[in-house]
Order: sequence, then structure tokens, then C-alpha cells
Amino acid sequence: MTRGLAVRMLIVAVVAVAVSLLPFGLSGYHQGLAARVAIYFIAIMGLNILVGYTGQISIGHGAFMAIGGYTTAIMSYYHHTNLLLTLPLSFAVSFVCGLAIGIPALRLSGVYLALVTFALAVSIPQLPLKWSKWTGGSNGLRTHTTPSNTWVYGVAWGCAALLFVGAWLLLRGRIGRAFRSIRDSEVAAASSGVSLPVYKTFAFGVSAAYAGVAGSLFVLITNGFAQPNEFGVTLSLQILIGAAVAGLGSLWGTIAGAVFIGLLPQISSSFPVLGSNHGQDVVFGLIVILVMLALPNGIAGLLWTIDSRFKSAIKSPPRAS
Amino acid sequence: MRLVARKTRVSTGASVPVLIGIAAVCVFLVIGSLRSDIFAQQTVAGLSQGAVFASLALALVLIYRATEVINFAQGEMAMLTTYIAYQLTIWGVTYWVAFPLTLLISFALGIFIYGVFIRPVQHRSVIALVIITVGLFILIDGLVTWKWGADLKFMQAPFGNQVYHAGGVAFARQDIGVLAVTIVSVVLLWGLFQFTKLGLAMRAAALRPAAAALVGVRVDWMLAVGWGLAAVLGAVAGLMTEPTQFLQPTMMQAVLLYSFAAAVLGGLESPAGSVVGGLALGVFLNLVGQYVGWATSELRLPIAFVVLLIVLLLKPNGLFGRKQVRRV
Repeated sequence: MTRGLAVRMLIVAVVAVAVSLLPFGLSGYHQGLAARVAIYFIAIMGLNILVGYTGQISIGHGAFMAIGGYTTAIMSYYHHTNLLLTLPLSFAVSFVCGLAIGIPALRLSGVYLALVTFALAVSIPQLPLKWSKWTGGSNGLRTHTTPSNTWVYGVAWGCAALLFVGAWLLLRGRIGRAFRSIRDSEVAAASSGVSLPVYKTFAFGVSAAYAGVAGSLFVLITNGFAQPNEFGVTLSLQILIGAAVAGLGSLWGTIAGAVFIGLLPQISSSFPVLGSNHGQDVVFGLIVILVMLALPNGIAGLLWTIDSRFKSAIKSPPRAS
Repeated sequence: MRLVARKTRVSTGASVPVLIGIAAVCVFLVIGSLRSDIFAQQTVAGLSQGAVFASLALALVLIYRATEVINFAQGEMAMLTTYIAYQLTIWGVTYWVAFPLTLLISFALGIFIYGVFIRPVQHRSVIALVIITVGLFILIDGLVTWKWGADLKFMQAPFGNQVYHAGGVAFARQDIGVLAVTIVSVVLLWGLFQFTKLGLAMRAAALRPAAAALVGVRVDWMLAVGWGLAAVLGAVAGLMTEPTQFLQPTMMQAVLLYSFAAAVLGGLESPAGSVVGGLALGVFLNLVGQYVGWATSELRLPIAFVVLLIVLLLKPNGLFGRKQVRRV
């Protein structure tokens, strides 16, 4: 256990150093890409808290990203709020919205929850179109100041680190245990004294808050534009796919999922056969289906299997899950 | 075959108050239509749109009953088959020949998707199944955009653009045609399930897979046929959406949401309920759009979301569903 922890700390340190050194070697465009990876990382982490740890499905996290993104855009456009200050604000706003969805979600489970969150993802982007007087309609709303890619890169990875530590602390303790017990069996959890309403709603809130921060940063990386199209159903589906590929219930795997959906558009656009950026959806779909068919626990599960095979090969006692 | 028919009772599962409520709504619609031309026009247009929601909702219910999967890719499968019909007409096949051909192709497509993607994970968690269908959603979206592009395409109007006048009321021939085609396909399907041996075997496979297998029903094949039939219904929905939405990769996304709401309104397990739910939702959305000032067209999807949520919170089993007791 302590060895595992030390290895993980080492990985974190290496990643931290690499991330902080990267901007010096990257062009503005590639900094933008790297910032997107951080943004997806935050969003997938949030979704993973809900789906992977608490066992509540959501196909609608793009909706919370939209709420966060529009919070930033509206505060900056109308009140000239400092962009950094809008981030905790969208965290709070999305947290409240998450609770608001989490409360009716208490009565739903399984496919019904999937249906409702999908409907949420489809309908939220319609609202800016309805109240276009304040939100700019389909043209979108632009923040008062436009940050540089380097700025967004730094802030995004900073937020990612902060939120990762937050999630890690949250999930390792009492609350995390409660979440996992709900995922494994609601009845058993309730009989052991875990309050289902409190923890399920709280998981929804935290998860939405993470998505909200990701949404704010998402607006900043698209030159400060908040547009309904950017937050369509596809975004929600991509985040879910990222979480599935990373491995549900693995905080460490999240980074793999983020790299996957952050960089795949780049790789697939240079694909010889599919060409253009339409190829990305084909590759997304194929890979997530293959992963679900072949690796039920995603990349994290694969690494874990390799790790335990390796350990049993060198005759050390099998690791308890 | 007659033996089968004698034993089965036509049961919708609806309780008496619900049936009375539906009858009251029908009376309200008829009186309204007689008193106001615009009301009548909106009701007919709503029924025609509702028929499309109903057929896609029925497809969802078929699959849910057979395999307990909500197929999030149902709308995209319908979209793909509509593009196939478009391709056939490009190759010179006339519309009403391309129509049955497309249905055949979509039947095969449904069986293929079940066999390759769903069957291997059928006994895994709900989350895994949902993610697989989400993957299919995005895969089909990508394939269609890659092959045909994202711009609008147009097919020949299947019913022409004529408008009939009855009194002061104008009915588009297209609305009547859409309504007729979907009703005929739904009735044919109902007949298949109710009066044929194949239908009986499919119902048995869905309700009691183990027992059905013991009496010689090939359960896997029956479930596959169920997916195929659902894909056929979806193709009908897609082809009937095309005249109003035109061909584009996103054409079925809104329709899918309306169909979800319709299926849930009907109880998610009840075929009759999903048809009633679809028609009711279509009429409701049109009348609200006509008579409620702030409910502009941008709010149609959010309103459907609210309907979905309210039904699930107040009457989770829908209008036609039965209460379920879950064993721990």
C-alpha cells in the first residue's frame, strides 16, 4: 500500500513538472490543445464521481458545462468580473443546479435517470436561444476580456490539480465510502445507516460543480465565446465516453480519458482514410464500443490487470481489492 | 393461429380513471376543433407529428421490453436508414419502391446491431449498456456525416404539397399521409404480435426467456427479430420526419427526446401507451405553441423535458404502466 502510494506520488510529481515546463516548448495552438485536455480532465473527473463512484448515470453533463460557461460569460460581459473570480462562482452556481437536478433524480434510477439527464442535455442549449436578448442567441456571448492560451493553460491545469486533490480527499474518506456503498447496493447502504438522499444529491452537486468549472474554462479556451452549439449533446456524450474509456470508478484513469477525447480530434483529422474532422466521431464511437466490449473497466482496469499479472508472475502475494 | 388469438385478451393495462381522462381529452379536442379552425388545424398537425413520435417511441418500448435496454441510438439508426432511402432515390429508385427496400435494410441493420453490439454485453450493468448505445449514437453520426456531409439534403416529397380544405380548415395532404403511414405500420406490428406464432414466440422470449427456451423458442433469434422490427419502426419514423425536417445528421435528435417523453408518458413498458403518449405529446406541443404566448419554438424541447420529469415524478409508471414491486 505505501509502495503504491509512493509510486503514485512520483507519477503526480513527474506529471506536475512536465505540465509546468510544457508551455515553454509549445506553440500557442498546442497550449490550447493541452488546456483542453485539462478541461476534459476536470469534466470527466466530475462525471466519474457521479457515475463511477456513486453509480448514478448522467448523460447530461454538457448541460452543467453550459451553465458554468454562461455564468462566466454573463458575469464578464455585464459586470466585467475578473475571469478568475468567475470560476468559483460557476462552481457554486453549477453546484446549486446539480442539487436541483439531484433532488428529483433521487426518485429515479437506472435507465430513467439516463433518460432525464439526456433530455436535460438536449434542452439546456435551447434556453440561450429563447432568451437571446441577454445571451446573444446563437451568436453567443463574449467575455469582456479574452485571455491568452498560455493564461488558460495555466489556470486550467491549476484548477485541474486543485480539483483532483479535492476529489481525492473527498473519495478516500467517509464520504467516498458512502458513495461506493450506494453504488454497490443502495439497500445495503441504507441499512448500514448511509443516508441515500443526502449523499446522492451531494454527489450530483459536486459532480455538476466540477462540470461547471470545466464549462467556464471551455468558454475561455474558445476565445471567450459562450455559444449554444458548443454545448450540444455531443459534448455530453464525449465526456461520458471519456469516463468509460478511462475506467469508471478510477480517479487516476481519468487523465487517460481526458487525453483520449482532448487529442483524438487532432489525430483523427490526419487519419489517411477517414480524413477531415468527421472521422473523429467514427473513431470515438468505435473505440468506446470496443472498450466496453473488451475492457469493461477501461484503461485503468487494463493497467490494473497487467499490474496484478505482473505481481503474481514474480510470486508476490495477490493484491486484495 | 386462431387458438392463439382466442386465448389472448386485448389489455392495455390502463386503469379506469386514466381511460376516462383520455376520453375527456378526446372530447375536448373534438369540441375545440369544431369551434375553431385554427384549433382543428393545429390538432391535425399535432397528431401527424405525434404519430412520428409514437412510432419511434414504440420502437424504444419494443426494445426495452425485449432486452431492457433504452436504445439511445434509436434516433440515429432511423436517421441512417433515411439516408439509405435517400441514396436509393439518388440511384433512380422511385420513392415508394425505396420505402419498402429501406424497411428491409433497416430490419437487417437492427438484427446486425443486436447481434454484434448488444448481445455480448446484455447481462452487464445498465451503465455499460447505455454507454454502448451512446457509442453507437456517435458512431452512426460520424459515419453519416463522413459519407453524406452535414449539409441539408432534400428528397422528393412523398405525399406532394397539396392542401385539402374542409370548411374553413386547411389540412396538408402530407400531414394526413404521415398519420396514415405510421398508423398502418403500428397496426401491422400489433397484428404481428397478437395474431401470429412468431409474435407469440417473441412475447414469450421477452417475458420469460428461460421458460420460452425450454419450450423450444429460440430466444436469441426472437430478441434479434425484436431489434429488427424496432429498427423498421424507426425507419418509418425517420422517413416520415424527413418531409418536415429535411435530411441532416441531427434530424432525429429532437424527435428522439420527444419519443422518450412519449414512451415514459405511456409507461415505458406499454406499446399502446407509447402510441397514446406520442399522439398526446404531439397535440399538446402544437396547442401550447399556438395558444401560450411565451412558449415559442425554442421552448419545445425544454417543455418535453419538463413533461418527462413531471411524469416520472408524479406517475413513474406512466399512464399505462403497472406498478412494479422490486425484490431485493
